[in-house]
Amino acid sequence: MREILLKLEGLTKAYPGVVANSGVDLAIQKGEVHALLGENGAGKSTLVKTIYGLVAPDAGHMTFEGKPFRPADPRAARAVGIAMVFQHFSLFEALTVVENIALGMEHPPTMRALATQIKAVSQTYGLPLDPQRIVGDLSAGERQRVEIIRCLLQDPKLLIMDEPTSVLTPQEVRILFATLRQLRAQGTAILYISHKLEEIRALCDQATILRLGKVVANCDPQQVSAKEMAEMMVGSALQAPKKQTVTEQGAVALTLSQLSAPAPQAFGTPLRDINLTVRSGEVLGIGGVAGNGQEELVAALSGEMRVAANMIQLYGQAVGALPPNARRKLGLCAAPEDRNGHAAAPDLSLTENALMTADARMGLSRHGFINRPQARSFASAVIKRFDVRTPSTDILARALSGGNLQKFVIGREILQAPKVFVVNQPTWGVDAAAAAAIRQAILDLAEAGAAVICISHDLDELMEISDRFAALNGGRLSPPSPTASLSLDQIGLMLGGAHDMEVAHVKA
Amino acid sequence: MLRLERRRQPSNLWRWGAPMAAVVLTMVLGALLFWMIGRDPFLAIKTIFWDPVFGEFAFYYRPELIKKAAPLIMIAIGLSFGFRAGIWNIGAEGQYIIGAICGASVALAFYPMAARWMIFPLMIMAGILGGVVWAMIPALLRVYFKTNEILVSLMLVYVAEVLVKAFAVGLLRNPEGRGFPGSRNLTQYPSAANLELFAGTGIHWGVITAVLSVGLAYVVITRHRFGFDVQLAGQSPRAAAFAGVNTNWLVIGCMGLSGGLSGLAGLFEVAGPSGQILGSFPAFYGFTAIIVAFLGRLHPVGILLAGLLMALTYIGGDAAQSAMNLPSAAIKVFQGMLLFSLLSVDVLTNYRVRFTWAKGD
Repeated sequence: MREILLKLEGLTKAYPGVVANSGVDLAIQKGEVHALLGENGAGKSTLVKTIYGLVAPDAGHMTFEGKPFRPADPRAARAVGIAMVFQHFSLFEALTVVENIALGMEHPPTMRALATQIKAVSQTYGLPLDPQRIVGDLSAGERQRVEIIRCLLQDPKLLIMDEPTSVLTPQEVRILFATLRQLRAQGTAILYISHKLEEIRALCDQATILRLGKVVANCDPQQVSAKEMAEMMVGSALQAPKKQTVTEQGAVALTLSQLSAPAPQAFGTPLRDINLTVRSGEVLGIGGVAGNGQEELVAALSGEMRVAANMIQLYGQAVGALPPNARRKLGLCAAPEDRNGHAAAPDLSLTENALMTADARMGLSRHGFINRPQARSFASAVIKRFDVRTPSTDILARALSGGNLQKFVIGREILQAPKVFVVNQPTWGVDAAAAAAIRQAILDLAEAGAAVICISHDLDELMEISDRFAALNGGRLSPPSPTASLSLDQIGLMLGGAHDMEVAHVKA
Repeated sequence: MLRLERRRQPSNLWRWGAPMAAVVLTMVLGALLFWMIGRDPFLAIKTIFWDPVFGEFAFYYRPELIKKAAPLIMIAIGLSFGFRAGIWNIGAEGQYIIGAICGASVALAFYPMAARWMIFPLMIMAGILGGVVWAMIPALLRVYFKTNEILVSLMLVYVAEVLVKAFAVGLLRNPEGRGFPGSRNLTQYPSAANLELFAGTGIHWGVITAVLSVGLAYVVITRHRFGFDVQLAGQSPRAAAFAGVNTNWLVIGCMGLSGGLSGLAGLFEVAGPSGQILGSFPAFYGFTAIIVAFLGRLHPVGILLAGLLMALTYIGGDAAQSAMNLPSAAIKVFQGMLLFSLLSVDVLTNYRVRFTWAKGD
């Protein structure tokens, strides 16, 4: 058996109301890729934050290379050789790659020396990256490379990666894995957090599965099937949403013709000449790597961003120049990606959040005077129908967990019985059971005759619920194809392939 | 060790308890301050807070208190809409001055005609219009050129201050004033005077308008879509855009509202308590109202109470200055303490304090 690098024993951390980790034991060996698996809320983040010195445990202890280890802050963790790539990048878009990396260092060398180092590291690990480029111009995959190189410059003994593939195309994932395997071969241990089971089976040597803060299993992912791991994660057998096969084509509900729009803000993506037809009763899936125009497309459809009237037609009526509420009245509803501060207002109650978008269509006010009882009963209806866990409708949105708020936001739009429903990342950061419920609700809505556009980074989700699939890449939309006829590789190419990735550099 | 922990829900108890606690804290700290400069702390606090309302000379102070509170409340009510929406009109003082100039100009244009039924309403309209126009400058500049309304509205205060000085010695100067600066006294012009409606109460048209504005604001904020949009835009601008709130109209609406109410306050002041346009037109209501708005939690009822309280510290402060020979700087520090105390106690609304003991490794 190889040498143990990091050992956790009986690690416990409780927050008011929840026990995030309870008696967690974990051992990571040198030169091993160790998967940490679990649903959202299972305690993965808390555990790695403990290792990285961001959270102080209530009980339990850790040893690193045989010595007691209790980092007071991330600096202490970095000092012993632990590096972490976060799910959300902390980069300044207006600065160059080398400036961004220098900002994270305690004693940065000169910019020129640092740039040389960055080039050297990127060559060695097959992560091509020009140190002088502005981060705002980089793709999500390239930004992740900045974060990885930032870590590799520290020569870490343990590299923690939090959901690294959620923003990558399949091709980019392949390259990332080659890099990680190379690191493993050099003896670096990697703690790999994910809930994508196939990836874990392809990459990892060991897997620790968390559920509700406790370790429920340790397994060798090569030996266990993805379905078995999923059931260990969830604790019960999973039920996939039922999809009816579409027999006849519905009427054309939404037409986008030559939809173009400049980027609404710096480092946004302009929309370029998008043509699309969606029929009632169908779910159109739009995939794409984050930052390729998803937010802008939703803004153009919801009415937040106005375009020329004819660019968007709803049942033949030109609506491109109408404001959001006029579109809602005509039956076009949308749910943007970010539920905290965009799709919902965190500091308002659920009743007020219901009023926020449902006023126009559900008539919750008259002559501008709000009918509060009616707004409340609409909010209650959403809560009941979508199983939102909350004590009352007067609770602030921010007090709800991510999954519950997401169910509320989606439910609020669906209960308005839209004719066309546009949703961006319907299940992002939502646990498996809630995600299944949301997908089912989307399918039910389509079955009831609505046209649905579902934008998601999660290809599995799109494969599961969409009838046709199109990809957004640099603000352009590929022609849609029937989902059933597509392979994962074809989809990867539609998504734009690997952004300037040169596989040739990598010695596998 | 003390540690602050964010509450999941803001505490309702503290939302309303904090202003009370802040007042008590101010009294304690103020007493300490007065004691340190060698005055009787209890007497000072009593002189400021008790005597003007219940003391021997309350019959004189009470009307003064009401007259002082009315413009503060009226302006603060207008500001509270913008402040809720994240639209920062810092220039209420300027709009107040311009409202006074416009209202007084209308009155003086008709002098000495006797037609109160026409002149007084026209003055009111002119006062409102003047304030609105002055507020539209920063509003439109923000809408069309994305300028910062804080800076523009603030700078326009200085312009207004120069204008009032110019009018006092120029266009509006009293022709029978033997060359002294200052306009005719409007309180001596029955068609334009804003006098006490009930003798000895201090209640003039401005007071009535202030009370009405509190009631209207309450209804709009709790019941009307405009109040809801204002709140939404302030808390989550992106959510507001998604909900369909038109930010530009909101800027114009909120700035117009606060400008109009400030101008109106200026008109009532110049036609009543102040009586004339002077270079030193009774100032600082526009700035003090900002404090009143925050002290009152941007809530109409809160603003009503805060306006009265703030007026009390002014009236009581003056009384303490003359009766106890307190330096005016001490009174100003004391008034400042009120805002500081509120801001610090306010933390408890969204955070709870935890006592923790550092654990050894």
